[in-house]
Amino acid sequence: MFGAWRHRRGCQRGSQASIPPTEPRPETCRFLADVPPGTCCRIRRYRGRGPVRQRLLDLGFVPSATVCVIRKATLGDPIELLVADTFVTLRKDEAAQIEVDPQ
Amino acid sequence: MNASDKLSGGARRERRLPPFYLEQARKRALEHRMVVGLAGQQNAGKSTVFNMLTGANQFVANYPGVTVDKKSGVYREDGLKVEIVDLPGTYSLTSFSLEERVSRDFLLFEAPDAVVNVVDAAQLRRSLYLTFQILEMGFPVVIALNMMDVAEGRGLKLNLERLSHSLGVDVVPTIGRRGQGREALRDRLREVRRRSGPAAGLMIQYDRLEPFIERVRARLEGIPALVSRYPIRWLAVKLLEGDGEAEKLLVRTAGEGAGLLAEVRGWRKEFEAAEGLNASEAIGLSRDRLAAEIVALCVTDTSMGRTPWSERIDRVVLNRVAAPFFLLAAIYLVYELSIVQGNELTRLTWPVLVFLRAGIASLLPSPGLLFDPYTRLLGLWVVDSASALLNYIPIFFILFTLIAVLEESGYMARIAFILDRVFHGFGLHGQSTLPFILSGVMAGGCAVPGVMATRAIPDRRSRLGTILTAPFMNCQAKLPLYILLINIFFADHRSWALLFIATVTILLALLVARLLTSTVLRTMETAPFVMELPAYHAPTLGGVFSRARERTWVYTKKVATIVAAAAVLIFALLQLPGLGSERKAWYEQELAGPRAGFESAVRGTVHEALAEERSLAALVNVFSAYEEARGGADGPAGIQAVDEKFKARFPGFYPLLVPGSDAKAAEIHAALKALADRQRELRLRIREETLTHSLLGRFGRTLESGTRFAGFDWKMNVALLSAFTARENSVATLGVLYQEGADESKSLEERMRSESRARGITSLHALAVILFFALYPPCLATIIVIRSETQSWRWTFFSVLFPLVLGLTVSSLVFSLGRALSLDGLKMMGLFYVSVLFLALLLGRRGERQPEPPEERLANLSAQSA
Repeated sequence: MFGAWRHRRGCQRGSQASIPPTEPRPETCRFLADVPPGTCCRIRRYRGRGPVRQRLLDLGFVPSATVCVIRKATLGDPIELLVADTFVTLRKDEAAQIEVDPQ
Repeated sequence: MNASDKLSGGARRERRLPPFYLEQARKRALEHRMVVGLAGQQNAGKSTVFNMLTGANQFVANYPGVTVDKKSGVYREDGLKVEIVDLPGTYSLTSFSLEERVSRDFLLFEAPDAVVNVVDAAQLRRSLYLTFQILEMGFPVVIALNMMDVAEGRGLKLNLERLSHSLGVDVVPTIGRRGQGREALRDRLREVRRRSGPAAGLMIQYDRLEPFIERVRARLEGIPALVSRYPIRWLAVKLLEGDGEAEKLLVRTAGEGAGLLAEVRGWRKEFEAAEGLNASEAIGLSRDRLAAEIVALCVTDTSMGRTPWSERIDRVVLNRVAAPFFLLAAIYLVYELSIVQGNELTRLTWPVLVFLRAGIASLLPSPGLLFDPYTRLLGLWVVDSASALLNYIPIFFILFTLIAVLEESGYMARIAFILDRVFHGFGLHGQSTLPFILSGVMAGGCAVPGVMATRAIPDRRSRLGTILTAPFMNCQAKLPLYILLINIFFADHRSWALLFIATVTILLALLVARLLTSTVLRTMETAPFVMELPAYHAPTLGGVFSRARERTWVYTKKVATIVAAAAVLIFALLQLPGLGSERKAWYEQELAGPRAGFESAVRGTVHEALAEERSLAALVNVFSAYEEARGGADGPAGIQAVDEKFKARFPGFYPLLVPGSDAKAAEIHAALKALADRQRELRLRIREETLTHSLLGRFGRTLESGTRFAGFDWKMNVALLSAFTARENSVATLGVLYQEGADESKSLEERMRSESRARGITSLHALAVILFFALYPPCLATIIVIRSETQSWRWTFFSVLFPLVLGLTVSSLVFSLGRALSLDGLKMMGLFYVSVLFLALLLGRRGERQPEPPEERLANLSAQSA
């Protein structure tokens, strides 16, 4: 089931934007932005700081929580997610900062 | 052994409240007063619980200095006055968003006697995060477990006793929308007040962060200024979390704060390095674990994985292909019901305003034959200005009702979801959709409700961007000028021209938004698009109407009063300095002939007294009104009705109004008609001359040298200037300025057409005017609302000056370019459209790159240097 998105380019895109140069680039990272609708995964961590991270934590995006991608908006962005019992929307830019593991 | 002992993530503890809180409570107890904060997450149904508790006794104010509504309500019981303060809906109590700061500051600085925490029973796990934080601050808490019906509908069974036991506080099941649970809730509050002594409740434990919290707490305990004022454990957690406001608080209150702060930061680094986990993540994780534990203990899920029906609706409504169609249908419905049907409704309410005007007119000094007293002119001007805006009230009421329905049902959040991509490309937000629609995307909105609706936008930058661009939409009052110009200059291509105006305004607004958000608004606070899609709810009648009523009232109060005041200023500009006595005498002389004719006709008859100055003016005016009414009546039945009416209302004048049977009566009638015709003509000329020589008229002429490049002549300048208070004025002013041919009862359109042709005014001129009018500064009513929504005079001035400069630039460019290429208005219209569309597609295609937050940049820098 995860075969399809394993080959996507998402990993590089997310990492270029946010990883400080000193940090070694992880080999197996996946980002929430690249998970196709109808798929669930587990949150590893959020790479940004500040208000977005806090809001995500408040809505239940805590490390190791399960998150499912429900659908994309008509223009492909933002995306709708299900975390715990809550339906939440997120822009792709923000979802590209969330590292996830396959469930 | 009770249930809460089993919780690994929390402990029941008694807390010492800071002396400041106790003192506040004591003070209020003496006054037989109790203050209760109503806290809850967004979409938990907090406002329904608020309405249920307080009934109709509600007051809305602003929290000092910010645009967050502070709603409070009062109920009395056994001589006790209970004041409920509705805090903004927040997921948490950090200091990242304005709403959260406001809520937290209220709790910290006003120290309520109790907090009612509204919890969504269907989302217990996430809702508990906030509950833990309130408990941590030490307040006595009563939980209103709301939306029990929704939870049951989802197959969730809640064990309230266990929940109450786990949390160590009272839990009251409520269904706010049906008013269930009010007495129980009030009962619990009474209980809380009676119960003296320290509050009890579950205190969350933070796992491996605990030793660090203990360290910070021990240090804080040594600072009396803090101990007397704030809950210390809470402050310790916040400091470790790196909360900006808590840090400021520490530095401000305690002399040794700065040193301690550095120490705390060191400890935080130590924790993060040891655990490989951010402190706020660790805190979030502990909260989630404890919440999960409580949910496991108290909730039985019998849904067996059934999809919630809200999601089943969304599978259709938010379907990628179908979503835009549902959205269009919803928008169309709002438009049809409010603008179209609302307009029908104003036809019924307009006579009320006419009646009021007539009432006020009868109180003012009576009109003269040629010149009316200034008090009368001014009084009527103010009444007319106010009623032009009051006329919109039915439309607004319907609009606000529908918006409330959209909000309460949960569809509003979905609109934002569908369209966010479009708006985000231009630096705006999905929630900008509604303000634009209200302001008149489909010709005929109003920027006042539009700007008011921007409150829903959580992102400060997008919000201001929307406020500044929504007035470019085609509000109802702009339409008459557009239609006039189109009919004169683009008569063969009416629908194209209308389509051009309707769509080019959206494109211009988006482009301007992009320009503003990437320049002057660049440094403004933005919020992520992290938004909950709430489950669909059937809106309640009471909730919807109270919201609609409240917003309509705000509009009426603010706009009607201030516009009336400002109307006086415009009146002065339009009237002063007025005609000199020489010109007045000249006009009197012009009327002297017909007047003498009438006097000689009535001499010796019973009507002789009517020729005196005062009654003559009244007679002539009644005569004109009668002629007009007769002209407008349809069929003999209509004419008869008019006759009856005038006979009843003016029995003294009536015999003169009709031609009469004998020769003498016919002579008098003819003389009166000649006098009335001449008077009407002279009055029109007086109005024109007054306006031409008025301050505004002179100003219009002065501006001509500048506006020449945009092709505006002084008449257009005056019309545009007069539109500043209300756009409707533009056409009315043109009506006064284009007088030639008015006698032959030509319409304004015909008069303007023939005169324009004679003076070489082309469709290119008209295009320049249309574009300028599209980018015209907001009208006075909107400016007032912008001021109250932005809480800033600077942005209010900007909202006026910027469109002025932009509009002049755009129309000058279009006009000069059209001249240089010798293109006519229609071709230039096409060229302009194509270039604007191209620009919009180019810029909107790529979302704007988020600038790195400064905090992040610092972290990166330090990481590099390490």
